[in-house]
Amino acid sequence: MNRLFFQPHQAGLSKVQAAEHTLRNINPDVLFEVHNYNITTVENFQHFMDRISNGGLEEGKPVDLVLSCVDNFEARMAINTACNELGQTWMESGVSENAVSGHIQLIIPGESACFACAPPLVVAANIDEKTLKREGVCAASLPTTMGVVAGILVQNVLKFLLNFGTVSFYLGYNAMQDFFPTMSMKPNPQCDDRNCRKQQEEYKKKVAALPKQEAVQEEEEIIHEDNEWGIELVSEVSEEELKKSSGPVPNLPEGITVAYTIPKKQEDSVPQVTVEDSGESLEDLMAKMKNM
Amino acid sequence: MADEATRRIVSEIPVLKTNAGPRDRELWVQRLKEEYQSLIRYVENNKNADTDWFRLESNKEGTRWFGKCWYIHDLLKYEFDIEFDIPITYPTTAPEIAVPELDGKTAKMYRGGKICLTDHFKPLWARNVPKFGLAHLMALGLGPWLAVEIPDLIQKGVIQHKEKCN
Repeated sequence: MNRLFFQPHQAGLSKVQAAEHTLRNINPDVLFEVHNYNITTVENFQHFMDRISNGGLEEGKPVDLVLSCVDNFEARMAINTACNELGQTWMESGVSENAVSGHIQLIIPGESACFACAPPLVVAANIDEKTLKREGVCAASLPTTMGVVAGILVQNVLKFLLNFGTVSFYLGYNAMQDFFPTMSMKPNPQCDDRNCRKQQEEYKKKVAALPKQEAVQEEEEIIHEDNEWGIELVSEVSEEELKKSSGPVPNLPEGITVAYTIPKKQEDSVPQVTVEDSGESLEDLMAKMKNM
Repeated sequence: MADEATRRIVSEIPVLKTNAGPRDRELWVQRLKEEYQSLIRYVENNKNADTDWFRLESNKEGTRWFGKCWYIHDLLKYEFDIEFDIPITYPTTAPEIAVPELDGKTAKMYRGGKICLTDHFKPLWARNVPKFGLAHLMALGLGPWLAVEIPDLIQKGVIQHKEKCN
């Protein structure tokens, strides 16, 4: 996904430089800060953590969210280590080696599973691996899969930051069968990362301190104290008419419905006048119209 | 795991105890000692079996490692410089060994010279954290990689021998 920006005229630039140029052209109002280094080394890691803690919209404040779009396990583990230590919420994303599956994952240290809580998750492929992997070849790459994953990642970010819809903790994408599994995973109390375990303790304390909330859904009834003029709400369309203009609803799986229905042909429809053939030719009719 | 011979070699490399990375101060020093002990033993084993194939040393902090490895093919000894950094998530993640002079010569290598290991390596390493150390990385990572790549590169004429040895 970190390659999606590259255009031929940018040959020679680093991935982050190309990304900045392409994105700046799309939206010049965004502020960019670019660093090109290996975050897993001791020297760079410290700088990386420092920018997460201080590189927010206001310098000195932490960032709101970290999005991981790296392409290797080691870099993800490094980001996980940093975020666990800083208590930083982040979203991890990736595309598989065979390029036909991908996923996004929301990680809130202490609240949801961190990247080290379990071995790397794999979206089940249901395909014979032998048809994809050729001996001696490393990885495949499909920018289409990456585009889809990038889209669902940003969608999840918008829902998270703007507080609408359901933010997925995990959303997978199986390109071969077009399957999008979702789930959420609790943190592992025996996670290898000390900071993850520490964050879990802090989260438990935070939850215990919250007042008990009853999740009750009430439909608010609109009540008017007085109704001097006896106003009633009546549908413009009668029940009868509504039934006549509805047709059969096709048998659809959950989550899909039709925008409207079309009734079957009925004999007892409202009588209408139909045009009749008067024997006049087209020219005649045109002339008739003209002379009106 | 790898073939029978590799399994035997690995079983004779001492395993490590301390689960510490380069940010863990005193514990890292402890880990470094164990790394050196394990490496020294592995090199001794190799010398005794007449299969001595590498040397490694590190900077003072133990975060940067460099050395040489060699591979014998058709009675000729080929020597290569190697280097790697210890990642901050070590030993959970293994370092990526680089052979800079072969950069661009084989598909089994990332840009910059880091060798590309097979699917088997990562799960094997993950299952053996923190017992596996740099000696195991050499035996299970670089060793098999050289065994596959060097003969292939020689056969394709991509690398030539510098001077005759043996």
